[in-house]
Amino acid sequence: MKKVLIIGATSAIAVAVARRLSARAAAFHLVGRSEERLMDLAADLSVRGAHAVTISVLNVADLSAHEAMFETATRNLGGLDIVLIAHGTLPVQATCDTDTAYALQEFHINGTATIALSNRLAPMLTPGSTLAVISSVAGDRGRASNYLYGSAKAAVSAYLSGLSQRLSKAGINVLTIKPGFVDTPMTASFKKGAMWATPDRVAAGILTAIDKRRSMAYLPSFWYVIMKIIVNIPEFVFRRIRL
Amino acid sequence: MVDSRRAALPDFEGKALPRGNGRSYGDSCLNSAGTLLCTRPLDRFISFDPVSGILRAEAGVTLAQVIALTLPKGWFLPVTPGTRWATLGGAISNDVHGKNHHVAGTFGHHVRALELLRSDGTREVLSKEAPSARLAATIGGLGLTGLITWCEIQLKRVPGPWLETESIRFDSLSDFFRLSATSAASHEYTVAWIDCLAKGKALGRGHFIRSNHATGDSSVPVPGNAQRLTFPMTPPVSLVNRLTLRPFNTLYYWRQSARQVRSQQHYQSYFYPLDGIGHWNRMYGPRGFLQHQCVLPAGAAQDAVPALLRQISDSGQGSFLAVLKEFGDRPSPGMLSFARPGTTLALDFPNTGPSVFQLLRRLDLIVAEAGGTLYPAKDARMAPSLFMQGYGAALQAFQEHIDPRISSDFWRRVME
Repeated sequence: MKKVLIIGATSAIAVAVARRLSARAAAFHLVGRSEERLMDLAADLSVRGAHAVTISVLNVADLSAHEAMFETATRNLGGLDIVLIAHGTLPVQATCDTDTAYALQEFHINGTATIALSNRLAPMLTPGSTLAVISSVAGDRGRASNYLYGSAKAAVSAYLSGLSQRLSKAGINVLTIKPGFVDTPMTASFKKGAMWATPDRVAAGILTAIDKRRSMAYLPSFWYVIMKIIVNIPEFVFRRIRL
Repeated sequence: MVDSRRAALPDFEGKALPRGNGRSYGDSCLNSAGTLLCTRPLDRFISFDPVSGILRAEAGVTLAQVIALTLPKGWFLPVTPGTRWATLGGAISNDVHGKNHHVAGTFGHHVRALELLRSDGTREVLSKEAPSARLAATIGGLGLTGLITWCEIQLKRVPGPWLETESIRFDSLSDFFRLSATSAASHEYTVAWIDCLAKGKALGRGHFIRSNHATGDSSVPVPGNAQRLTFPMTPPVSLVNRLTLRPFNTLYYWRQSARQVRSQQHYQSYFYPLDGIGHWNRMYGPRGFLQHQCVLPAGAAQDAVPALLRQISDSGQGSFLAVLKEFGDRPSPGMLSFARPGTTLALDFPNTGPSVFQLLRRLDLIVAEAGGTLYPAKDARMAPSLFMQGYGAALQAFQEHIDPRISSDFWRRVME
């Protein structure tokens, strides 16, 4: 029975991952902002076969509350096999451009808080366990349409790359997850097309990457090719196009 | 988007309409003048007791998700329509029926309780224990009485995913009615496919398919969950047309040369053949298709069904899927439920423009004369008078329960 801690547990991708793990009778500690939503998810996972489910209410922006949450989680689960960090917001770039306080607050939630959680978690992980963190393809290159979000995710990706290198010597797998467009409440206002994936498709990819102990997963995998191209567009062309 | 069953409805102007997975064929799931309250995010299970088979779940859970959870524990839907992509809320709001209507009634018969959220923010738990007019209005109520947030249903014990099926080729409608009568007691599921292009002596020929849940394992391979066949794009013209229909129907009729064929079938291919083909509706081209599903009262059906088939076969605008089924006598629980004692015939026609609408009007006349009506979940064009004929008796009582801020394209059309 896997012991699973999920931070940002009510986000669509995290829910899909948790449902898939429930079928494997995992035990969960779920962390999110809304107690009501966490309790509803806990009931849903129990019906789907979860062995045990406990919850913690936490706003990840409050860094001082992280330690107490980790204590509760490790006490309830009696160890950690898989930790998934999945919280996130999608800042409005136009607002970031004119409101620095807003921009830094969004960077704090999507970048600093994620790094703080990972950093505090690292010494608690044991050989064989996995830390999986949802970053984004947006972190591969800053683009005019969402570079505040992209810069926070870039910080997360770079941090995880180093952490992965350090912890792999101890038999701990650090997985950086880079989803492309995913049809979730976070992107409800976007027009959807063929490039969009369902949360469940991304969740299936996350579990495969965890099972195979990969360090990086572009999901769906075609985003690896797309981002290779975007990253390699010469600067003189990049400045002239809209992305 | 409605993503929490506990939250108030989102703000909207004008009128709104709850919508599940949009599997109704007509305009009962559309609200072009207003807002749609999409319930797919309400997809959480609340409780399931594998001893009693009682499931409580949010209304946006699909039938496929229910089966995936409960079938491995020996429980199946007590009633299932021909697609598993419908939601629980949609199954209740259309009071759907299946091939076991003659023994199990409609989906609404198996609803133990539900919560209704009205646009004024009030919540009502409606329970079978305390039968209410509000519950009867909500079952088959086309979403007009409020938004169903969760429901509790009684599932049915089954030995496994397999069905023991028998397909019997028959030559005439009188054979169909005879087979229906003799199979009703021995088989839980009965349905017939009709070759609706057959003329003269062959009129009304088809296959009668009857089955029961099978015990034990089968040697037949389990179909994969993935849709291996899919229509990646819409062809410019309907692939179902005059050139393809007659050969298809003739080949399909003769695909079994033996009069009677027994086989074991997996529940997915048996109940949900079209679910196996992604975007199957695209085969009808950009103009789509229309379905005409009527119910004809017992007594009138023996004459009306051949009259309908003659009308279709004379027009040459055949239907790819023509399905005939005898309903049982159990009264439906909803004020506006479609299923009622008699015979139901479902026909799919490619939308060829005015000519198909003329044919459908001629079919309506036969249905009206026989004292029958059409199924709102499948309808996009029936006249208000035909709706009144079928549902007028309960209409006044129903209207008291309509949420004043909910409406649909269908409702505005038939209530003109």
